[in-house]
Amino acid sequence: MSDAAATAAETAPGDIQLSVRDLNGWYGESHVLHGVSFDVRPGEVVTLLGRNGAGKTSTLRAIMGLLPRREGSISFEGRELLGLPPRQIARAGIAFCPEERGIFSTLSVDENLMLPPIVRPGGLGREEVLDIFPNLKERLSSQGTKLSGGEQQMLAIARILRTGAKFLLLDEPTEGLAPVIVQQIGRTLAMLKARGFTIVLVEQNFRFAASVADRHYVVEQGRVIDMIPNADLTANTAKLHAYLGV
Amino acid sequence: MVELFGIPPQALFGQLLLGLINGSFYALLSLGLAVIFGLLNIINFAHGAQYMMGAFVAWMMLTYFGVNYWWALLLVPLAVGATGIVLERLMISRLYHLDHLYGLLLTFGLALVIQGLFRNYYGVSGLPYSIPAELSGGTNLGFMFLPTYRGWVVVASLAVCLGTWFAIERTQLGAYLRAATENPSLVGAFGINVPRMITLTYGFGVALAALAGVLAAPIYSVNPNMGADLIIVVFAVVVIGGMGSILGAILTGFGLGIVEGLVKVFYPEASAVAVFVIMALVLLVKPAGLFGRVA
Repeated sequence: MSDAAATAAETAPGDIQLSVRDLNGWYGESHVLHGVSFDVRPGEVVTLLGRNGAGKTSTLRAIMGLLPRREGSISFEGRELLGLPPRQIARAGIAFCPEERGIFSTLSVDENLMLPPIVRPGGLGREEVLDIFPNLKERLSSQGTKLSGGEQQMLAIARILRTGAKFLLLDEPTEGLAPVIVQQIGRTLAMLKARGFTIVLVEQNFRFAASVADRHYVVEQGRVIDMIPNADLTANTAKLHAYLGV
Repeated sequence: MVELFGIPPQALFGQLLLGLINGSFYALLSLGLAVIFGLLNIINFAHGAQYMMGAFVAWMMLTYFGVNYWWALLLVPLAVGATGIVLERLMISRLYHLDHLYGLLLTFGLALVIQGLFRNYYGVSGLPYSIPAELSGGTNLGFMFLPTYRGWVVVASLAVCLGTWFAIERTQLGAYLRAATENPSLVGAFGINVPRMITLTYGFGVALAALAGVLAAPIYSVNPNMGADLIIVVFAVVVIGGMGSILGAILTGFGLGIVEGLVKVFYPEASAVAVFVIMALVLLVKPAGLFGRVA
């Protein structure tokens, strides 16, 4: 099962929430995605692993419609997303947490939290979100960017849980954070999975990825070159180290 | 009466009031410019022409259709704001991917065209617009005479400025606006229609200019050049307050009006350049303006 396309063929079509096929993407003249293909099933936590510049972040941004030029197919719950503007992709039920976290400095923590509009019913309530991230509760009136890096990351995740979107794209949520906060984010992702959220996670922290994910897609030079189920991870450690150069 | 610093109080308070009136217009106009610049990143050079349009449309509504001042206060901003929306959709929106300079050139050209059209049809001698009956007359405050209409302009401008500040800084819609000013693509990725917000924001900024025009019509004569005369000072106000800062635009607008009035009392020769001297000094000390955030 080393070929991503083969895995897709084994899965029944109705069982797939997001299907990315032969996705190409460009930033201006620079061709960054060269035919990315992978699938995500409902309720899964899937990671995109790979070296810096492999195209992981670009893949997430392409799904969200934030890449200026895209070709191929991105099918979400049976609906083609290619060609839609980001706001309609968000309305389709996909929420995005960017690598730079995107906390607004002119908004208070509370305003940041309440900013993303509800796109469908069934999101977490404000109190529920604050119970998951109690650190935020005491800082609600602070300026958004006055929070610590870890708190900003929590806020960036917290605000998209309110929207009702059950499909989350998280770009390196653990980057640059202290181990204790990484653990807290890990527990949060496990809780979200238990609640039925589907998560696509871009991650450099391989150990963190192994602790939360069901499957790992390996991205290299703008392509998905391998898929490793989390259960087979130990058996594939050597191969993975070669891919990631760790 | 007692003289203050060798100045008769009548003259002092008279100039202070005049400064406050001018400040009311500076504040309203620089507020509109700040709102537009914040989200669109465009220096709206047509702002003075749109202010002039406000005064003219009020005059036309009254002369041709008998629409009175109070209705004009409501209808003129809507009408002129609608022309702003059309302008943004048809022309300005095509320039967002280009350098800021193109937006400036386009709006500057539009200002010249609009002023030229009005000059062609109405001349430059100015048209009268009388003060509504409810606001004519005045009150003797003891130390000075306060014409009711001028008091109304200050109160109305303050109310609109504070209302706008509240809407932007304290409401959910304002939070969308501030967020989109900071990072429009991420706000779009949350499902918010940013292009529509940009269009409406431009329309709102233009409507503020038009409202200032209606307020100005009974004070200054309705004249195709009325905006061009004012807008240069207003740009200085925006620069002093800090580009894109809402509170900065309001406080600096009123503040500079008053300063200008005081300079007129104590050293009249300098009154025309006072604002620009202050601008130069502020830029030397705080290049981002008094209330500006360093980018």
